[in-house]
Amino acid sequence: MAKREGTPTSPEPKRNEEPSELLRELVAHLRQNRTQLREEWVVRITETRLLTAMTKEEIFAEATSVYDSYVEALETEAFEALQAYARNLSERIIPRGVETHEVVGIVLLLRDVLARSLFAKYQNDFKKLNRILDAYEPAANRIANTVAVGFVQERERVIRQQQEAIRELSTPVLQVRERLLILPIIGVIDPQRARQLTEQLLRGIRTNRAKVVVIDITGVAAMDVTVANHLVQTVEASRLLGATVIVTGLSPEIAQTLVTIGVDLGKMNTVGDLQGGIEQAERLLGYKVERLAEPRSA
Amino acid sequence: MEVPILKQGSVLIATFQAALSDADLNQLRMGLVQQVVKFRSRAVIVDVTAMDVMDSFASRTLREISHMIRLRGAETVIVGIQPEVAFAMVQLGLTLEGVATALDLEEGLAYLNEKFKTTN
Repeated sequence: MAKREGTPTSPEPKRNEEPSELLRELVAHLRQNRTQLREEWVVRITETRLLTAMTKEEIFAEATSVYDSYVEALETEAFEALQAYARNLSERIIPRGVETHEVVGIVLLLRDVLARSLFAKYQNDFKKLNRILDAYEPAANRIANTVAVGFVQERERVIRQQQEAIRELSTPVLQVRERLLILPIIGVIDPQRARQLTEQLLRGIRTNRAKVVVIDITGVAAMDVTVANHLVQTVEASRLLGATVIVTGLSPEIAQTLVTIGVDLGKMNTVGDLQGGIEQAERLLGYKVERLAEPRSA
Repeated sequence: MEVPILKQGSVLIATFQAALSDADLNQLRMGLVQQVVKFRSRAVIVDVTAMDVMDSFASRTLREISHMIRLRGAETVIVGIQPEVAFAMVQLGLTLEGVATALDLEEGLAYLNEKFKTTN
């Protein structure tokens, strides 16, 4: 800001009393030139190719409400309303694929557009400009901060929600026969998920009065020491409830890993694939499955 | 608080209460080991349904009971371990190796009946 460097700073005590008045003047200026400044802002947004996921009309509508909230926050210095608005905005635009840099970008653009208009208005009175900027900049920065934080928080909330949903979905405990449960595990197992799996399985054993459980890990790509130990713990805990566990679908890579790291799998009952596991479970439970006829060709 | 030992056919049944002191556990252990031969029982069922926490002493006592009962010529089945307790025990490394377990008393009796049938 070359213009400001040229102005001598005058630390008069009177300056400290002025910001609210200056802010009022500033707000009046922004209200007066609302249409023009908003238009300019929208043009800048389009120029910098931000918010490309939204149509021109949507950008204009959003810009109007952001502009008004912005001016209001400047005037009242009440950031709660702006924060709520930022969260609300994020809720609407996150699903449409708007990125963090875009939201931060448009707020910074607005800050620049407004600052430029202040330069234009007070270009003949450097002292006044200086004081106006002193009042404007901290407030503007705080607004930018609030909006960015609101957006990121909303994003994190969505991510947490989705993680939970995935976790819920990915741990089904299924009963395939009386007293026989299947637990298909797919994806990455972290300690938290391993714990949840175990808890769900133990609860499932109790409610279904299961005697045999088949844990299928065909869908697990890799396994480290921690996860392998979790698996062993799950097997042992199930046994304490009186259920036998059969683990199926260990891939060659996992078998290799387990042997290399020396996890004690002696307590584990393993069968090559899920079908074999279910067959063995049926034998343990005393079922005998027979084919009554050749399958009819459809 | 003394744990009552019930005799049901050729099986002895002892039910753990929620709050048992170490002395109670020792007394139960001696009681079971004595009575199993006195009544010529073939098995002992220890029901721990009421225990929502199991410390290392209780779990060690369970293992000792089962090993001593085996030396006295009978078998032990632990029944009714709660899911949370099972998980906590495993995390502490108290896995009761070599001790038969079952979901509840009914399952334990069914397990023993099955076993008696095949060994008769």
